[in-house]
Amino acid sequence: MTTYIIRRLVMMVPILIGISILSFGIMYAAPGKPTVLNLDPSISVEDRERQMERLGLNDPVHIQYLRWMGNVLQGDLGHSFTRKQPVTKLIMDRLPNTIVLMVVSTFLAVIIAIPFGVLSATRQYSKLDYGVTFTSFIGLATPNFWLGLMLIMLFSVQLGWTPVGGVSTLGADFNLLDRIHHIILPAFVLATADMAGLTRYTRSSMLEVINQDYIRTARAKGFRERTVVYKHGLRNGLIPIITIFGLMLPTFIGGSVVVETLFSWPGIGKLFIDATFERDYPVIMAITMFAAVLTVLGNLIADILYAIMDPRIEY
Amino acid sequence: MAKPEINLPNDINAQTLGKRRSLLSIIVAKFFQNKLAVIALVVLSIIITSAILAPLITPHDPNLQNLRHRLEPPGPEFWLGTDHLGRDLFSRLLYGGRVSLTVGFVAMIGAVSIGTTIGAIAGFFGGKVDAFLMRLVDVIISFPNIFLLITLVAVLEPSMEILILVFALLSWTGTSRLVRGEFLTLKNREFVLAARTIGMSNTRIIFGQILPSAMGPVIVAATLAVGNFILAESTLSFLGLGIQPPRASWGNMLTYSQSVTIFRNAVWYPTFPGLAILITVLCFNFIGDGLRDALDPRIVEK
Repeated sequence: MTTYIIRRLVMMVPILIGISILSFGIMYAAPGKPTVLNLDPSISVEDRERQMERLGLNDPVHIQYLRWMGNVLQGDLGHSFTRKQPVTKLIMDRLPNTIVLMVVSTFLAVIIAIPFGVLSATRQYSKLDYGVTFTSFIGLATPNFWLGLMLIMLFSVQLGWTPVGGVSTLGADFNLLDRIHHIILPAFVLATADMAGLTRYTRSSMLEVINQDYIRTARAKGFRERTVVYKHGLRNGLIPIITIFGLMLPTFIGGSVVVETLFSWPGIGKLFIDATFERDYPVIMAITMFAAVLTVLGNLIADILYAIMDPRIEY
Repeated sequence: MAKPEINLPNDINAQTLGKRRSLLSIIVAKFFQNKLAVIALVVLSIIITSAILAPLITPHDPNLQNLRHRLEPPGPEFWLGTDHLGRDLFSRLLYGGRVSLTVGFVAMIGAVSIGTTIGAIAGFFGGKVDAFLMRLVDVIISFPNIFLLITLVAVLEPSMEILILVFALLSWTGTSRLVRGEFLTLKNREFVLAARTIGMSNTRIIFGQILPSAMGPVIVAATLAVGNFILAESTLSFLGLGIQPPRASWGNMLTYSQSVTIFRNAVWYPTFPGLAILITVLCFNFIGDGLRDALDPRIVEK
């Protein structure tokens, strides 16, 4: 097992290097030399040259890349152009909001999707099964941002039940109920990004288990159907589902861009969109890198969990 | 080697033999058994036709602003109502549909062509070529698509052409893995050996012999891809990073519907463009699902 994990970690290295080259490449190739944009346009050509020399912008590409990479490895992601703050600090300030949103969304996705997936499998070809399948089709085809708009329209504006955005009521002290009130809509919208997939995955995993010999044995022994399905079946059926959490991570990071923008949720996703409009390249590159690393990690976690869960996988 | 024994069912006779049908007609027949897929095909045909014929159908100029008719509810003059600038929503929906469908189809053709070629090369030649190409796929797949998309689009100035280009360049990885997998199993089959024996060139074997057998899953993936590109386009346009106004797209129509006044008094405005996306993507997904069943030889005809 340890060797497997070590091998997987080693395999990540070329991928991470590739990601960093791609990120740097985009920033380097961006028209108008993004790094120059940061300078005051009114300064003289000589001053500008001197400044570029000082910042090392006249060095060859690979030197610039290695220097940038060296800084990144030391946790220095550069300075934001527009906010005059270290990028690391900007990200760290907003990260907790994004994490809270993602954790609550995962929770919602699990408590909604898994029961429906299981029911859909145990009552295969029933009305409920068709209903669940059809709903997941609709879920897959619904643009996340539009679902968000519709829910804001219905619950925040028409009914006035939920706030239109933000993390908490401005100026108020920390209040758990207030927080829940604010997070419920964005978390639900983000959760739907993966709910359809999770439901269908649960359904097929349960179906596979239900047709196994040991389930037939359990039935033959005369156990009640409920015991068979929920005690013998569910335990094994849920094993592969655990691995999907690793794969949900990238969807949620991607989805957070839309959801945070829609609900003015001050997290990484919103920061990313704001930085895009401000052409704040250091922030854009840092978040892209960050998201890519999390995706790789998510895949790694999924693979490792899978290897732990399923003894047939050889390391 | 023992002669393979062929067990023909006894009831084979002139009648069943007479019903021999081409593979294509079997696939078509299987597809038409799937009701949802057929309904989706009909609905999608209507959507595509009306988008193509938009200039003939639309009652109003999609970009004509008429401030006296701002946020009018659906009625006889404006079938689906008007937006915040008094533009006819129905006309804008049809013109927006042209944009969304064009982006979806052209990006799909681009992504599938790149993915098929790279997957075919990797699967056919194997070894170092395969290892290199698949590592490349790993790297591209590791980027959460939306971040790389937004970065690229922002760096390159958003436009329809850039969207198509970026979609095609970033989304071929799935197809390439699929095609590679098919090639890995198909390249060792007898018909490939036969083609080699008669001296066929690699290019002809790849594109003329193996590829047609590997197309089934690719067609399914391509159908689903169009829907996903339409979703991606609408998301980027909604964020202001896709199709730029005044040109209508289903996504950017929704950008300007975000106001409390509209949410309170003009419910139809944010509803219709979203429904258009939902229905179109749903159609592509149902058709893709129908094609998957129709093209899968393991699923027997009823």
